[in-house]
Amino acid sequence: MITEFVKSESNYQSAFREVRHARPTAAWAELVRGSAMDRFEQLGFPTVKNEEWKYTNLAPFLKEKITPAPPVEVAADTVARFVYPETASNHVVLVNGFFNAQLSSVSEQGIVVRDLFEAIADARYGKIAREYLARNATYHDNALTALNTAFLQSGLFVLIPRNVKVETPLQVTFISDSREPNSANFPRLLVVGEENSAATIVESYVSIDDRAHFTDAVVEVVLLDGARLEHYRVQRENNSALHVATTATELGRGSSYDTTSITMGAQLSRHDISVVLDHEGAECWVDGLYIVGANQHADTHSVIDHKQPHCNSHQLYKGILDGNGRAVFNGKVFVRHGAQKTDAMQTNKNLLLSDRARVDTKPQLEIFADDVKCAHGAAVGQLDPEELFYLHARGINPALARNLLTYGFAEEVIGKIKLESIRSELDQAVLNQIHAQLDE
Amino acid sequence: MLEIKNLHATVDGNEILRGINLTVKKGEIHAIMGPNGSGKSTLAKVLAGHPDYKVTAGEVIYEGRNLLELSPDERAREGVFMAFQYPIEVPGVSNAQFLRLAYNEKKKHLGEDELDPLEFKDLLKERAKVVEMEASFMSRSVNEGFSGGEKKRNEILQMAVLEPKLAILDETDSGLDIDALRVVAGGVNQLRTQDNAIIVVTHYQRLLNYIVPDYVHVLAHGRIAREGGKELALELEEKGYDWIKTPDADGAGSGASAN
Repeated sequence: MITEFVKSESNYQSAFREVRHARPTAAWAELVRGSAMDRFEQLGFPTVKNEEWKYTNLAPFLKEKITPAPPVEVAADTVARFVYPETASNHVVLVNGFFNAQLSSVSEQGIVVRDLFEAIADARYGKIAREYLARNATYHDNALTALNTAFLQSGLFVLIPRNVKVETPLQVTFISDSREPNSANFPRLLVVGEENSAATIVESYVSIDDRAHFTDAVVEVVLLDGARLEHYRVQRENNSALHVATTATELGRGSSYDTTSITMGAQLSRHDISVVLDHEGAECWVDGLYIVGANQHADTHSVIDHKQPHCNSHQLYKGILDGNGRAVFNGKVFVRHGAQKTDAMQTNKNLLLSDRARVDTKPQLEIFADDVKCAHGAAVGQLDPEELFYLHARGINPALARNLLTYGFAEEVIGKIKLESIRSELDQAVLNQIHAQLDE
Repeated sequence: MLEIKNLHATVDGNEILRGINLTVKKGEIHAIMGPNGSGKSTLAKVLAGHPDYKVTAGEVIYEGRNLLELSPDERAREGVFMAFQYPIEVPGVSNAQFLRLAYNEKKKHLGEDELDPLEFKDLLKERAKVVEMEASFMSRSVNEGFSGGEKKRNEILQMAVLEPKLAILDETDSGLDIDALRVVAGGVNQLRTQDNAIIVVTHYQRLLNYIVPDYVHVLAHGRIAREGGKELALELEEKGYDWIKTPDADGAGSGASAN
């Protein structure tokens, strides 16, 4: 054990001590932070030798000494461009992971939206935070989650109390401001939907400029019996960013979780999303779209874990790759012993627009129950020449025809998004070269 | 409007068209008939510019220009339209979006005003009557989940919106029941004017009961083996294609020019 003490100190150890000194918290949370830091020190950043990281290499990004980014001032009009109109009155901003009250406004009554760090200290919410924080996003086997957890000093706590139905979507915007070079930020979000509550949350990641930064985000969602949540995740950080994130969700009896993850930004992004169906009658839709351009790499690892009978899961992930873009999709669906009458469906489809684009897709089903309905599939393809000719034969020029078919490919995911402004933002992203409007 | 001279074309290295000669003037309807494998559909695809079909000899003059030099989309914007035998599904793109895009591309090419979605909606509503299509088809993805008959009606709707100078209907009657056939043919007849021309490619005479051709050309082995008026189609219906003598290499040209 002596060697542990003489080992050279990591980049993060001194920063961690500073945080611990400057931002003390409840005893239980200190314990969580401390053991997460220890765990990170033991695990270290994952390397390509780790099977789960086979295709995604963080090493080139981690050469420089990375320092945790401080909370900085951001002008309100800078933030305005990141806000979707539907959520204008219900919008929370975190800068470098720090809750910013001045830039946030929540008009919806009945829901609790607080700085997570304050919620921990608050007698009303401390118990809830204690019960659910770091429960689903465990740091024991995930160094990145461990690092995020160690640097817990703000974040956001969202509680939708029992029977409360929130009409206006809540947007949570995580802004990375990397005026300090090689800075890291650790966004954290805990959402608890109590019994029979209903809400829509838009989680958005943006960069303030085009300087490189490291974002390590962790989002935990707990839905209690009969709760419903529509959850959009839109990652459009700048093309120099390294973005890693975990979304971990636990579903109660008869609850419903409908999530769509959009990945457009970052030079390298990795999203681990897991949904545990641990009570009967839960249902989830876990969809996504990654749009990967030149010099971008997007990795999605998904785990859908059916632990109890009578649960349904539906998953559709689509990818559009251009240039030398690369993507990884690894989707595991577990149907545990006794999880009878499970209905699980998983599909991953990829469209390669360039000969140099590459995708590694691996859908996996592991079934330990005998009365279930499960299907999965993966496809990688290019634009169909016959479809292109059909459009050409109607007078549509080749560049436009290509865009239109690409748009059509993405529409299966985009079309189900219920927020008009996110939909049109995505349409524009897909149709970035299109010179006609397609707003019907 | 269209002059095809000694047209030869291959697909996958096999020669399918072996010297087609055909002249189409505006206001005319021409029927191209022939047994399976005679080259009817190949002729339609060559005119539309399908990349799998290579022209090895001959020329096609359309409105005084060399049609073969134009890309498929340029041909379409210049007023050439082929109704597909097997219309392609375009998931995720609504019929209305698709049609407006195609319409505006053409208008832009002609230097005319483009239509915004609302204006176009009115135009589409009007044109949809031609093929008795309901509004619900406009918001559905192009041809996705359409029945065979609906797809063919959709092709004629596209024709109605794009108002081609030269329309080539490639086996538009195949797979249609008699009611759908009547609707589709009725649509084509409504779109006929003194200024456009229509080439109807068909295996069967029955479509020609509804779309009455001025001329009938019968293809065999990649050449026009016989030509005549609409009565030729009736004769084929009665006797089948077997009696059409397969022309040899020299006979083809003379057979075509006999009329």
